[in-house]
Amino acid sequence: MAMKQLSGAEESHSLSRPPSSVDILFDKSFRALTCTFTWATILLLAFIVYKIGRQAIPAVSTYGLGFLTSTTWDVNAHEFGILPEIWGTLYSSFLALFLGGFFGITIAIFLTQDFLPHKLEMILKNIIELLAAIPSVVYGLWGIYVLIPLIRPVADLLHDNLGWIPFFSTSLSGPGMFPAVLVLSIMILPTVAAISQDAFRAIPHKTKEAAFGMGTTRWEAILRVMLPTASGGIFGALVLGFGRALGETMALAMLVGNANEISLSLFAPANTLAALLALNFPEAGELEASVLMYAACVLLLITLLVNIAGAAIISRTGSGGKK
Amino acid sequence: MLMEAQSQQQATKTHQYDAADVVLDCQAKQIFYSDFLAVRDSHVPIVKNKITGFIGPSGCGKSTVLKSINRMNDLIRGFRFEGNVHFHGMDIYDKKVDPVSVRRNIGMVFQQPNPFSMSIYENVAFGLRLNRYKGDMDEKVEKALRGAALWDEVKNKLKNNGLSLSGGQQQRLCIARAIATEPQVLLMDEPCSALDPIATRQIEELMVQLKERFTVAIVTHNMQQAQRVADQTAFFAVDISRGGRTGYLVEMAPTAELFSNPQEELTKEYLHGEFS
Repeated sequence: MAMKQLSGAEESHSLSRPPSSVDILFDKSFRALTCTFTWATILLLAFIVYKIGRQAIPAVSTYGLGFLTSTTWDVNAHEFGILPEIWGTLYSSFLALFLGGFFGITIAIFLTQDFLPHKLEMILKNIIELLAAIPSVVYGLWGIYVLIPLIRPVADLLHDNLGWIPFFSTSLSGPGMFPAVLVLSIMILPTVAAISQDAFRAIPHKTKEAAFGMGTTRWEAILRVMLPTASGGIFGALVLGFGRALGETMALAMLVGNANEISLSLFAPANTLAALLALNFPEAGELEASVLMYAACVLLLITLLVNIAGAAIISRTGSGGKK
Repeated sequence: MLMEAQSQQQATKTHQYDAADVVLDCQAKQIFYSDFLAVRDSHVPIVKNKITGFIGPSGCGKSTVLKSINRMNDLIRGFRFEGNVHFHGMDIYDKKVDPVSVRRNIGMVFQQPNPFSMSIYENVAFGLRLNRYKGDMDEKVEKALRGAALWDEVKNKLKNNGLSLSGGQQQRLCIARAIATEPQVLLMDEPCSALDPIATRQIEELMVQLKERFTVAIVTHNMQQAQRVADQTAFFAVDISRGGRTGYLVEMAPTAELFSNPQEELTKEYLHGEFS
């Protein structure tokens, strides 16, 4: 297998030497090693999906697709359905995306459009990314002991005065959709802000120059040129943030209220798929464990689809700027 | 006394133009980037419905002067312009003048084609929408694209992204975008430097057509290009005598005159390729 090496050294005074056999061996083994690790990761993902799917089979064959549309969860009667959890997962994630997305994009604009000196931009960018370093359980505790007491007066006021609006139709009893959504939006904010910033920074300087050259004010340049140009990357950021919100568990298990209900009210307790799994597995019997695996498959499917969509959008648009 | 000597020197440098023909009069005494003196003593009158070419070696400040004319340099931190630019009886560097309104009246085409990442139609309509134009948008877009000699190539794909065009087409799209709002003056900063010879020739032919409706100022590092398109040519050089690299206007005259009979020694040397 030895490759033919071009050797200029024998006949001339060239300093070029072919790579030694040790160099070649190192090169080849390094390549093999990286290849192994890459495939191992992919195999691991496949293995996880396979195992969860296998253990869900008894539940899938017993409950079928009716599992997705039923609203009862009765362990004693062996009746299971996860529609309220699917609803709770999507509802909380969409609301969090709305809030966190709005703030994330606003922050990205503020930190990339020359409002601040470059150094300060970098410092603030890093501080915001630190939000992602706070453990989920800490967010949960903060939500219970700080956030809920803090929002209770506002929630009461809204319910008392605007109770006819479906969103405020119940009073806040403690844990519920609203505090869960607030915490969730804080948790996805660093993701949205960071990727949106990348999308803005990827816009070539000449595009900005063109905007100002046309006689735009700073706001016109941002709203009419920079935002549309970065929109692909921003959309990808939102999808990834959404994926994160869907799978978030600990903070939601602590804050969402764990009630098997479907309600539009922001102040009503609810439940999400991830919280359902976290709270029910310790006491699960054989059948319930299989049911939980089925629910896990559903959650996995939703998050995988969202993440794949997000990654595809980001790569297709090259975070804005280019073609 | 000194002032008088300088102004006399200035007079010999710059060909005398009839004041009525000068639509824009750029008198750059000193242009700074922070502490760095980039340009000094350059008086460049831009004559109506003519093409004024700016030539000179790299770093001679020709682009700096051009971009000062519509206050594009205001975007650069530390930029400072001393002097004045007279346009319609006012100084565009007057404190009361909004640079945004200057840029809406003096269009600009850049070195790199820089269409926006939106449809061809929206690229051209951009300035019209910006200026809240209420008339027939389609008509104006077509007129601008025809004016930029691009209409026939894109009339069936106006919805395509502007970035999907070739480099030369992109540059003509940028010209269409700039002329759609019918600014009086069009500034072009080496508009062909990123283009191949065929696209370059198309843009040059276009410039000659454009001067019927607009006044054009163009920076070029290509002396043949200046000879082909420019009616007036301003030659800049770099002064490294005082430890800096300061550009200044050496001489300005009708193009044929400047190339056949340069008055300054530096111009002669440059035209004969003795330095770059």
